[in-house]
Amino acid sequence: MGQTLAEKIIAKAAGRGHVSPGEFVTCAVDLAMMHDSGGPRRVKPVLDRLGAKVWDPGKVVVISDHFVPAVDAMSAAILDLTRKWVAENNIQNFHDMQGICHVVLPERGHLSPGMFVVGGDSHSPTGGAFGCFMFGVGATDMAGVLVTGETWIKVPGTIRINIDGQLAPGVSSKDIMLHLCARIGMGGAGYQVVEFCGSAIEGLPMIERMTLCNMSAELGAQAGLIAADKTTAAYITAAGGNVGDYESWQGDRDANYLDTHLVEASSLAPHVAAPHSPANSAPVGEHSGVVIQQAYIGACTGAKLEDLHMAAAVLNGRKVASGIRLLLAPASTKTTAAAVVDGTMAILTEAGAILLPSGCGACAGYGAGILAEEEVCISSTARNFKGRMGAASSKVYLASPYTVAASAVAGHITDPREFLQKGVS
Amino acid sequence: MTSRAWVFGDDIDTDVLAPGLYMKGPIEVLATHCLEAVDPNFAAAVKLGDVVIGGENFGIGSSREQAVQVLQILGIRTLIAKSFAGIFYRNALNFGVTALTCAEAEKICAGDEITVDAPNGTITNLTKNETYSCDPLPEQLMEMVALGGMVPYLEQRLRKGI
Ligand code: SF4
Repeated sequence: MGQTLAEKIIAKAAGRGHVSPGEFVTCAVDLAMMHDSGGPRRVKPVLDRLGAKVWDPGKVVVISDHFVPAVDAMSAAILDLTRKWVAENNIQNFHDMQGICHVVLPERGHLSPGMFVVGGDSHSPTGGAFGCFMFGVGATDMAGVLVTGETWIKVPGTIRINIDGQLAPGVSSKDIMLHLCARIGMGGAGYQVVEFCGSAIEGLPMIERMTLCNMSAELGAQAGLIAADKTTAAYITAAGGNVGDYESWQGDRDANYLDTHLVEASSLAPHVAAPHSPANSAPVGEHSGVVIQQAYIGACTGAKLEDLHMAAAVLNGRKVASGIRLLLAPASTKTTAAAVVDGTMAILTEAGAILLPSGCGACAGYGAGILAEEEVCISSTARNFKGRMGAASSKVYLASPYTVAASAVAGHITDPREFLQKGVS
Repeated sequence: MTSRAWVFGDDIDTDVLAPGLYMKGPIEVLATHCLEAVDPNFAAAVKLGDVVIGGENFGIGSSREQAVQVLQILGIRTLIAKSFAGIFYRNALNFGVTALTCAEAEKICAGDEITVDAPNGTITNLTKNETYSCDPLPEQLMEMVALGGMVPYLEQRLRKGI
């Protein structure tokens, strides 16, 4: 019996030839990623209590993104602690205020196919887009990794999601995921691995693949995964990373999959998830006309370079409706720089988008752009849980950057395809 | 010891357990807002040793372990649910909170008096005079949970030099 890609990576990390789903194994960790919220401020007390040191500072990456830039004494203190801890522990890979961890990690060349990676954040499955097995852990689990260099895992099975065909104009991988959230359900993946394959995936740029793996978290998967190909190798090489023998990190043909879901990309419409669950999603038509006060393009899920391109395709030559605020928090400083160079940023700001710092910001309810009681927001983020983006009675609709931008222009939820067909008005 | 049950539905997420608005502040303050979006009374009324019962997918959402810690601060030592979100489940065991998966969790009603035998995987509902079976904790992790979680477990491991 062959093995899935996830099983192969776990077997390597466990120093074994073969592992089977359901087994408990201890794995050596190739890389550990932490941010300012779940990182130093939470692991330091544990390490101090144990009198222990970081097992290998070269295998640790720290990225400040949740509380940046500091807006009050508490967030300033958290960032201060983060910076001091990184210096004291000789962590060379510290990216301070450079963007959201899941985007900065591959951007700086830290990920290679076949790696076993833990991240101190629930959207860590994003790294799976690079052919790594990457999963999210809490701070105590992370402290265990920092002390021992290893962690336990119950070997997950793999659910295959085969996406064939080509996405229609105005439809993106965010729409695929909102569709899957409704179909499989929040947590429907039951802490197994979801591996995306099929002809649609081959045609997707890395950033769109990252969106798929990112929202595997909403399906309740432990990890999302896409086997590396030439597109992956080109991205990693450009980022200064190491592609290694990426062609060998593929699932076997005769591997055992728990389930296979088929998606025909060309038949998908833009989707919108109504409050308060990503699984509450339906084709955009079901929600069109819902009046909004805020539109948010942000987060690791929805403010990467391609995401900004999607918004710009809609906003080019148009204006945000009066009384509506369109907030834009690019996912990383590199994203901002590239969007300035290619002209995207001018299109967005001329349309009326208000530029916010790169970081988690309103997505986590920590930073700028949070909502008042009863306010309605359409957002390119991954989660619309009750109260997440601000007041408990605020309402968040999730959508692609195309749909968020189109809704900002209309002042209510709207199908972006109308704007793309009409061209500039 | 008998415990009083607090019952919540499916998909209780980490933002409801540990709301983002209070994440920067002290954990004791965060705890007073635990579950307030679904039951404003919970944090004030829950007592040491009470048990929280969830439906499917308890703890879905972020990796913040404050979602476990606030429950622990409020006196919860045992969680029972039809299913747990993966990261939350790891976090619970890492804090020495016994998290039990029980297919019959929905038979427990708010206020029922129950006793839990985690090693044998049985839950007795004294109010209804019923017994339910649940998945016992994974054998590999029993020692860690019994010691009070990951930190005491690591302490012991470092002391022994392994
Ligand atoms: S942008 Fe949002 S989803 Fe992404 S890491 Fe930050 S808080 Fe989490």
